[in-house]
Amino acid sequence: MTGPRGPKPKRRFSRNNIFIYGTLLMVSMYYLLPLYVMIVTSLKGMPEIRMGNVFSPPVEITFEPWVKAWAHACTGINCDGLSRGFWNSVRILIPSVTLSIAVASVNGYALSNWKFKGSEVFFNILILGAFIPYQIMLYPIVILLREMGLYGGLSGLVLVHTVFGIPILTHLFRNYFTSIPEELFKAARVDGAGFWRIYFQIMMPMALPIFVVAIILQVTGIWNDFLFGVIYTKPDLYPMTVQLNNIVNSVQGVKEYNVNMAATLLTGLVPLIIYFASGKLFVRGIAAGAVKG
Amino acid sequence: MDNRIFLYQFATFAQGQDPLKDQYERLWGSSRWITSISNLMWYGVSSLVLTLVIGFTLAALLDRKIRFENTFRSIFLFPFALSFIVTGLVWQWILNPDYGLQGVVRSWGWESFSFDPLYNPDIVIFGILIAGIWQGSGLIMCIMLAGLRGIDEDIWKATRVDGIGTVKTYLVVIIPMMRPVFVTSLVLIAAGIIKLYDLVVAQTSGGPGLSSQVPAMYVYDYMFKAQNLGQGFAASTMMLLSVVIILIPYVYLQFKGSSRG
Repeated sequence: MTGPRGPKPKRRFSRNNIFIYGTLLMVSMYYLLPLYVMIVTSLKGMPEIRMGNVFSPPVEITFEPWVKAWAHACTGINCDGLSRGFWNSVRILIPSVTLSIAVASVNGYALSNWKFKGSEVFFNILILGAFIPYQIMLYPIVILLREMGLYGGLSGLVLVHTVFGIPILTHLFRNYFTSIPEELFKAARVDGAGFWRIYFQIMMPMALPIFVVAIILQVTGIWNDFLFGVIYTKPDLYPMTVQLNNIVNSVQGVKEYNVNMAATLLTGLVPLIIYFASGKLFVRGIAAGAVKG
Repeated sequence: MDNRIFLYQFATFAQGQDPLKDQYERLWGSSRWITSISNLMWYGVSSLVLTLVIGFTLAALLDRKIRFENTFRSIFLFPFALSFIVTGLVWQWILNPDYGLQGVVRSWGWESFSFDPLYNPDIVIFGILIAGIWQGSGLIMCIMLAGLRGIDEDIWKATRVDGIGTVKTYLVVIIPMMRPVFVTSLVLIAAGIIKLYDLVVAQTSGGPGLSSQVPAMYVYDYMFKAQNLGQGFAASTMMLLSVVIILIPYVYLQFKGSSRG
């Protein structure tokens, strides 16, 4: 190199910029602090926690708390750790995500392409349903599930998650299918394709990105649910969030903060991975789902 | 499901001649419900103001054509992916009086320093607020940023020609232009506030005593722990009412907007 090349660089550190980056960095600390605290606490031993504070980095790194949180932590009489809650959550998650998205995508498709008399009214009622606070429907649903013989089991909870996911997902899919040019649909009709054929061969392949958004929305939403899990299942079948709360907030025994934080981090891991893997699609998903009851 | 069974159950749990009136009188006469409402008011007002201010300020800072914009945005938004239970438990630990913030400041030599919101009934709701803002402000920041990006570059050029400063441009020109974005944010935040439940369960379980109770917790405890359906439904109807009060202006605005163009 023989001296500087290219245009003269602009001065980066004007007073304005220092102010902007300074503020952003300080605010970032507030947002990152809990993540840092979770990680360091979960890697310390209990004696070290008692001597130091939540922010001090671990001197001796131990993975014991993680093992204990996953496999040995106790809730009530069960001492098989969070793994039970994890598998329960998975067993709830897979059917409810699949079912709600399957129903809602067909709903959205029908409401945008196969308009019937009163379909707008139907859609508006569906959307209004998404705004009603869950609390008002909790008990009626208990009665309904009991009458159907599903109360206390996983299938009841799956049904509840499926039904409550439908309004917002239908909205998402309807908006997308409405944006697809109508000529496409008409051409398929002229060629003799029916309701299901158009859905499976034309609409579904075109809507793949919106399916991804819907999956992100539902997976994080259902994974993070607490209220439905605690009401519609029994202790053996509690999802991960409910079990986590029971482990950490149980009054019996000595508080093991490191195990608690390892358990907390484990529960947060699934949505965090989805968040960092999905990037911009995540933003679209949450913006759509933020209005839920 | 037969309507009569439902009414019958409602009636058996209610007492007195006029069961409906009775339940609501009891609800508003209960100190626990009054605490819940006052907590929700404090939490709601502070959370609305702080979330809007933080959300808008961060969005405006990110909109100043800075580097690492994506990194900063990811940092501000990631808490929104976490559940309220996880959020509440982490902040419960950070606010622990012995090992958390208070303990750290005391170990620096300021022995009388006191900051234990989760153990002080007077300020417990603000301990929950810290966690709530951490979790939810990123979403509002994202919505505001999208709104800012939608503002025509020419507006900025025009204000620069007129010699209006950056801060003043935001306050006088940009914010009034972003009214729809603010309305959307307001509805989102308000809807989130009314359903506040998981966070309190994780952080304080409604304590110390009953000092951090919220309406959603009142509903749950009366319906499923005390088996008092009358009180549970009276409280949940109040929650529905507040959602309706928030939604009517929103739906009205949306409808007016769509019929105009």
